[in-house]
Amino acid sequence: MLHFSRLKTTAILLTIAVGLLFALPNVLPQSALAYLPTWLASSRVTLGLDLQGGSHILLEVDGAALRKERTEQVRDEVRRVLRDQKIGYSNLAVRDTTVSLRLRDAADTQKAVTELRKLAAPVTNALFGNSSGEMDLLVSSGSDGAVTVQLTDAGLTARMRSAVDQSIEIIRRRIDQLGTVEPNIQRQGIDRILVQVPGLQDPQRLKNLLGQTAKLSFRMVDQSMSPQQALEGRPPPESEVLQGQDGQPYLVEKQVRVSGEDLVDAQPGFDQNSREPIVSFRFNNNGARRFAATTQDAVGRPFAIVLDNQVISAPVIREPILGGSGQISGSFTVQQANDLAILLRAGALPAPLKVVEERTVGPSLGADSINAGKTAAYVAGGLVAVFMIGVYGLFGLFALVALVVHIILMFSLQSVLGATLTLPGIAGVVLTIGMAVDSNVVIFERMRDEAREGRSAISAIDKGFVNALGTILDANITALATAVILFLMGGSGPVRGFAVTYILGLLTTMFTAYTLTRLMIAYWVKWRRPAKLPI
Amino acid sequence: MPLIDYIPAQTNIHFMRLRHWTFPFSAVLSLVAVLLFATMGFNLGIDFRGGTLIEAQTSQPAADIGALREHLTDLDVGDVQIQEFGSPRDVLIRVGAFGASDEAQQAIITKVRDVLGAEYSVRRVETVGPSVSGELVRQSTLALVLGAVAILAYLWFRFEWQFAVGAIVTTMHDIFVTLMIYSAFGIDFDLTSIAAILTIMGYSLNDTVVVYDRIREMLRRYKKLPLPDLLDIAVNATFSRTIIVSTTTFFATLALYFFGGEVLRGFSLAMMVGVVIGTYSTIFVAAPILIHLGLRSQTVAGPAKEEPEAVLGVDEAAKLSEAEAAIVDEPIAPAPAKSSGKGVAKGGKRPPARPAKA
Repeated sequence: MLHFSRLKTTAILLTIAVGLLFALPNVLPQSALAYLPTWLASSRVTLGLDLQGGSHILLEVDGAALRKERTEQVRDEVRRVLRDQKIGYSNLAVRDTTVSLRLRDAADTQKAVTELRKLAAPVTNALFGNSSGEMDLLVSSGSDGAVTVQLTDAGLTARMRSAVDQSIEIIRRRIDQLGTVEPNIQRQGIDRILVQVPGLQDPQRLKNLLGQTAKLSFRMVDQSMSPQQALEGRPPPESEVLQGQDGQPYLVEKQVRVSGEDLVDAQPGFDQNSREPIVSFRFNNNGARRFAATTQDAVGRPFAIVLDNQVISAPVIREPILGGSGQISGSFTVQQANDLAILLRAGALPAPLKVVEERTVGPSLGADSINAGKTAAYVAGGLVAVFMIGVYGLFGLFALVALVVHIILMFSLQSVLGATLTLPGIAGVVLTIGMAVDSNVVIFERMRDEAREGRSAISAIDKGFVNALGTILDANITALATAVILFLMGGSGPVRGFAVTYILGLLTTMFTAYTLTRLMIAYWVKWRRPAKLPI
Repeated sequence: MPLIDYIPAQTNIHFMRLRHWTFPFSAVLSLVAVLLFATMGFNLGIDFRGGTLIEAQTSQPAADIGALREHLTDLDVGDVQIQEFGSPRDVLIRVGAFGASDEAQQAIITKVRDVLGAEYSVRRVETVGPSVSGELVRQSTLALVLGAVAILAYLWFRFEWQFAVGAIVTTMHDIFVTLMIYSAFGIDFDLTSIAAILTIMGYSLNDTVVVYDRIREMLRRYKKLPLPDLLDIAVNATFSRTIIVSTTTFFATLALYFFGGEVLRGFSLAMMVGVVIGTYSTIFVAAPILIHLGLRSQTVAGPAKEEPEAVLGVDEAAKLSEAEAAIVDEPIAPAPAKSSGKGVAKGGKRPPARPAKA
């Protein structure tokens, strides 16, 4: 066990050297990194959001809203189809995800069903991009002219999936506009999106940007009665009462004249006369044409600019707007105007998102945590060093060298793998300092045993390593099992960071405590030829 | 040469005899733990209960918690707790939003931020909605159960079933005691606590496996030695290792507790207790329980992997105990039969002669 071929010695030393090299960028100042090749300079430990400061936000697509919207859309299509085909019906209603109606003449059933089936589209399989053979709508009929159109689960799931994809795209566009460093945006499960943004000064602003659907529409204000009357009595069927940003209710037509989808650009700016912050926008051809038509017909009447069912402003049209551009003023602050422009440029979310989990850490707390972690690591290291040297003398020193190399290797592995170091991860590193000497202690105690049984020093040292190996493997594999489970179940947060450092720690300690210590002791034995075990 | 030699090189403590005290002690401890869970329950953190947690730091020399409490209670956002956090300048505000919707929680954050105003800087915000907290509970439970099953499977594969069961009982014991600390001191029980428990599980097992390894080796060597005596020899042989590693690990948790920052304090405390109890249970639960699980020397099949001298049996054991007895025999407090007085070297025939108290 104590013989090392030259090749093996070189291999061990080389491993350590490479480890050192890759851990090095972590302690170099930023200025020195510039001189290193990129592959090396980028080898730094990624700090978790809890250490560098930042926001971790888990968003959920509002499935209920998505289903409701889709069902109502289907209802409108059903109405259109039946009208086009001149099929009489009554009791068109929506319940959950089913649209039901009753045909006036039961004899039309066959024709109605055939026409309505044309609405259904095959659901594409998300994984392979081919058709799974399922349709997104299920049309069925009863004997007495009752017809139902049912949204299938497969269709709804596919819709949810595409809603999440779209949302991710839009969120990315919105956050990119903030100009912060590399956000991490990814899908989680079926209906969730994880957004991680490091180093953010104002997390509240981020949440405001993410929390808005940003559905913009231009509609006419209904002046047939006052909003108060509409609130007290019944609003006209084609209109609804919406709250304004100023707290006033507005009676607004349901029909959307131009929607935000037709916007091609939106920029914050200042009104030339009032110097108030505004958002100026430009439509595409389609939008410009419709906006022109609307404003031409309605000079002198107010129209409403509606964002997410809230009236931002309701200006009176003074003259037809033919150029396809306009501006929104709504007593904004500069930042509000800025954010509205971002939202309009990035586009609307397909469904509302809600924040189901948030973890935000300010940069100052992160820095404090790192410092506290460092102090704890130094104190732990110091205590363990004194103790180990106290108990084992020279061999204790060997164990400490192994411990230092172990910590360096841990950091270099973490840097190369791009694993994230979190606060619990730091705790893991500190704990490892205490536990890493375990393998060495097992070996040294074995040596003592063997020496007591009357072996020569060299034989005892050799036997110590041989006999300890099985124990070390058993002990570390069981610990590894719990660590891996922690990793798998830890989700995306800080606990996973703990599991990562713990796993890496167990792996490197097996190398340093067993192989490296053995190498050091082997060379020492060759040099000193000890007659007596020094421990 | 070691500078200090305060760890007895070889001990000869009759650990197995002590089981008549330690088993009831551990049983009572576990019972108290269960009673505590039932009566005091756990101070579930927002990870598992849902709710909002805000850490803020005042620009003043000290935070006026009284005034803050008054303002926050006026908000009418439900159960609000405020406490000092680490330093007089730092406060931790907890808004327990039992059953509140995700949207309502976001509204609460905005309201609390408004109250904090310019005087406080918000250092940390954590919100967990009701749906997520439910999932975290399920996931964490699953993690603990899977952890136990994986360990059981590995030990079963690697050792005999008695060892696997013994290790699981020991680990459960350690987890119960650690949980008891959480319950008794009202430490926030959150995701980090799950990490702490799984780590303690790993540590306790590591400790146990080292001793079990030695026991198995002894079983192969000394096939006729009564089990309690054999266990004593194995535990004594690994005793110094157990103490040394517990000490270094304890040092690490100690450093974490005092210097690792406020956020990790609960975790460190749990780890500290876990290390102590894990060490205790390795010696006083994991080893002696094998006697009651019906482990016999014959159970361990397979050839002795040691060299021929290893299969010597009784004679070898006698030789070994002679060496043991030469060392000063540590008297342990309430041992009823002080069969081996201080330094009396009558050990030559002791291990085989000692009646097995199974």
